[in-house]
Amino acid sequence: MYVAVKGGERAIDNAHAWLAEERRGDPAVPELSVAQIREQMTLAVNRVMAEGSLFDPDLAALAIKQGRGDLIEAIFLIRAYRTTLPRFGATLPVETGAMACDRRISATFKDLPGGQVLGPTFDYTHRLLDFRLAADGGVDPAPRGAPAAGSVPHVSDFLNREGLIQAEPVTDEVPPDLTRDPLELPASRALRLQSLTRGDEGFVLGMAYSTQRGYARNHAFVGELRIGTCSVEMEIPELGFAIDIGEVTLTECETVNQFKGSKTEPPQFTRGYGLVFGQTERKAISMALVDRALRWRELGEDDQGAPAQDEEFVLYHCDNIQATGFLEHIKLPHYVDFQSELELVRKLRREAGAEARQDAAE
Amino acid sequence: MTEISSDQSARKDWMSLMAKTPPGRLADLCQQAGLDWPGDWLRPPEVGSVMVRGRMGGTGAPFNLGEMTVARASVRLPEGAVGHGYVQGRDRQAAGWAALVDALMQTGRAGALRGAVLDPLAAEATARQTARAEKAAATKVEFFTLVRGED
Repeated sequence: MYVAVKGGERAIDNAHAWLAEERRGDPAVPELSVAQIREQMTLAVNRVMAEGSLFDPDLAALAIKQGRGDLIEAIFLIRAYRTTLPRFGATLPVETGAMACDRRISATFKDLPGGQVLGPTFDYTHRLLDFRLAADGGVDPAPRGAPAAGSVPHVSDFLNREGLIQAEPVTDEVPPDLTRDPLELPASRALRLQSLTRGDEGFVLGMAYSTQRGYARNHAFVGELRIGTCSVEMEIPELGFAIDIGEVTLTECETVNQFKGSKTEPPQFTRGYGLVFGQTERKAISMALVDRALRWRELGEDDQGAPAQDEEFVLYHCDNIQATGFLEHIKLPHYVDFQSELELVRKLRREAGAEARQDAAE
Repeated sequence: MTEISSDQSARKDWMSLMAKTPPGRLADLCQQAGLDWPGDWLRPPEVGSVMVRGRMGGTGAPFNLGEMTVARASVRLPEGAVGHGYVQGRDRQAAGWAALVDALMQTGRAGALRGAVLDPLAAEATARQTARAEKAAATKVEFFTLVRGED
């Protein structure tokens, strides 16, 4: 049975008008501009770009404004906008070894070429509220130093030279794309990484934390964490060569994991990898830990039955837009569904009551 | 990747420079240089996305990281030169100006445009990069070891 329900239109229009007013807040307080959000809520903008899977700081800032600061709502808006864009092509893989690093640290080597560069970090702050920011926010210019010439090599290169870390096979095959083909299991590592990099930060963090607490423990060290800018190159068919089409801020985390060897692999260090749009350090470290946990099969490790090893569990639940879509739909009208449930429960109760009366009579 | 000629290399450099210019800046410089907004489009300015790829472990097999917005345009000059513009973001104007500059850089006006448009853009890009690199350098940790006791 289908029952058409009408009559909500006026209520919906009025609800949206009130939403717009609430979004604006007290008109006596100056309105936020998109540029203010982009420049001063940068890490929120970065999260929306990473999980919205579209690098465009202005759009992410607009989405945050429209979503009243609800980042999942903002990510939803970005994902929806993304589908309206024609796809011009795919870029060459970004060369993170050539990144202009704002930050680059290693937890495994103290002295390394390029050094330990802290960058604009919350680390070593005391996490005490700074009431000066509630007053007027003048800042002193940051000190400048003399940049060292030369490249900043990946830490894993040092271990690679000694053959102590599992090699990353270089191929140029076209990777599968989640946005074009539905996720199928078992998923290749390329598909897992695409899924994790746009996955919900909280979910990926929780999964990563579970591996540290002992569910498929794999002893991760942060071999290297780097944040900075990379040029993005694309082959242009009409030119016949590649040009830079822009630059993106990226956070990259490589973990170095203890590995005692397995039936197929010698004892060596193994890797987990995280690469995320924007300055998104917590997410990139989490991604690397979960990537490593999901690699148990290809490394010949045992399935410990841990949630972080279960690719179906991780990949099918890490997308906050899929999750919120399904979760929130249950608040929408289910009047007819519920009517049938109600009928069923009444019927079962009548039958149970009839049986009870019959038992009592006997 | 295939080898490219020195002409292609120079073209790659100016196109790459214009692609990474902050919004509005390219239009300002082109207008100051007295350029007219082109009319004869091979491809009118349009906005789309490209899929950005990364490599597993930084050096391994490629995977899809996420998309970025790009605007592009192609123009033909009356004298025949064809120019292409690709710029980051959704600025159709910038894509159109980039295509025009790319076309004009293949003509006798190349020298003048280099001075009026490309050199200022390059100087500004270098200044931005240097500023960040200098601030990063100031946060580099200089370890020193405390020696205890006397020998």
